[in-house]
Amino acid sequence: MSDISPWAILIATIFTSNILLTNFLGMCSFLACSRQVDTAVGLGAAVIFVMVCTTAINWWIYTHALIPLGIEHLWFIVAIAVIAAFVQFVEMFVERFSPKLYHALGIFLPLITVNCAILGASLLMITRNYDFHQSVAFGFGGGIGWMLAIVLIAGLRQKMSYSDVPRPFQGVAIVMIITGIMAMIFMGFAGMVKI
Amino acid sequence: MSDNHCNHGGLCGGKGKETLKAGVWITNPVAIQVLGICSALAVTTTLMNSLVMSIALTFVCVGSNLFVSLLRDITPRRIRMIAEVAIIATFVIVFDLLLKAFYFEMSEQLGPYVGLIITNCIVMGRAEAFALQNPPTVSMLDGLANGVGYTIVLCAVGFFRELFGAGQLFGITIWRTVADGGWYPQNVVMILAPGAFISLGFLIALYNWLSGANDPDKEAAS
Repeated sequence: MSDISPWAILIATIFTSNILLTNFLGMCSFLACSRQVDTAVGLGAAVIFVMVCTTAINWWIYTHALIPLGIEHLWFIVAIAVIAAFVQFVEMFVERFSPKLYHALGIFLPLITVNCAILGASLLMITRNYDFHQSVAFGFGGGIGWMLAIVLIAGLRQKMSYSDVPRPFQGVAIVMIITGIMAMIFMGFAGMVKI
Repeated sequence: MSDNHCNHGGLCGGKGKETLKAGVWITNPVAIQVLGICSALAVTTTLMNSLVMSIALTFVCVGSNLFVSLLRDITPRRIRMIAEVAIIATFVIVFDLLLKAFYFEMSEQLGPYVGLIITNCIVMGRAEAFALQNPPTVSMLDGLANGVGYTIVLCAVGFFRELFGAGQLFGITIWRTVADGGWYPQNVVMILAPGAFISLGFLIALYNWLSGANDPDKEAAS
């Protein structure tokens, strides 16, 4: 399980096992922020950045602090605390040094703490026994895959506002169904890389 | 995430029965507010998984609502989010350890999704929107109601996915599949990821149809 090259993990998490389309992580913000392509791109970029950094930090803390101390059962609370603190820190940092970036990214940052894709990536990398490089590749690929999915769906939703959707299906229902079709399309990549 | 609760006739202020009704049906957390979708999709491959996950969420929701509500007067406004997350994470850890101790196979199957209850917006949303303003008993009831609302949707999705995908319910064969020499050709897509999205999409549409949501004046919502 854990001797795959980081490159394979990177490609696999983008296409064959996309974190959103096969692991269903980050659905809440996916449904809330996929109305406009611009918003989707902004949120996607923020997710990539935070996911890479938090998987790296969390991996280090788990391996070098929690295991030696024998307190792995506190892992959940440590992981979410690291993510919340990191997001808060990035927000302050960006606000101080690049107000322009803060305005572009700022509104998305608080949303990211409760984006389960971030916590999910950290939990999954430990479950799958990844080493440091594999974990970072997993975080990076997961972020890119998430952004790819949300941008594609945002594009479809913009087009869809011109179509005549049956009334009960309007809103979330139809988005779920097109996401399902998208997931089927991504299944076509299966077999390209195995993880 | 929860501003729209009070649009439905001010039921948030209601007590007892109305709190229950709001959580279970009128503002059903999954179908109407579209919260907690990740786990609703991921663990519903079988009915049993759905049920255990629902119990986990109900447990965490009741417990965290109780404690957030008990501590609501002494929690400083600024750090309330961190306090809520810490309370929720504690309950999730308790349930995770219980599951590992008494039902290890299930904990293997649910994988990281038990841990992900921490970021489940239902729990956080109820703590933030309800427990912070209401006394402990009603808050517990609200947690229970939302847990039951979540359970109904999850079990419905799990029911259809397991039945159509494997011809089974709770692991007991209902329709014998072609592979076993029966008549039912398995629809594997229902077990795989796309089936989850599509089943939930249709269930939400069914809910909208039954409850008459999406009426003309809300049409612009999509």
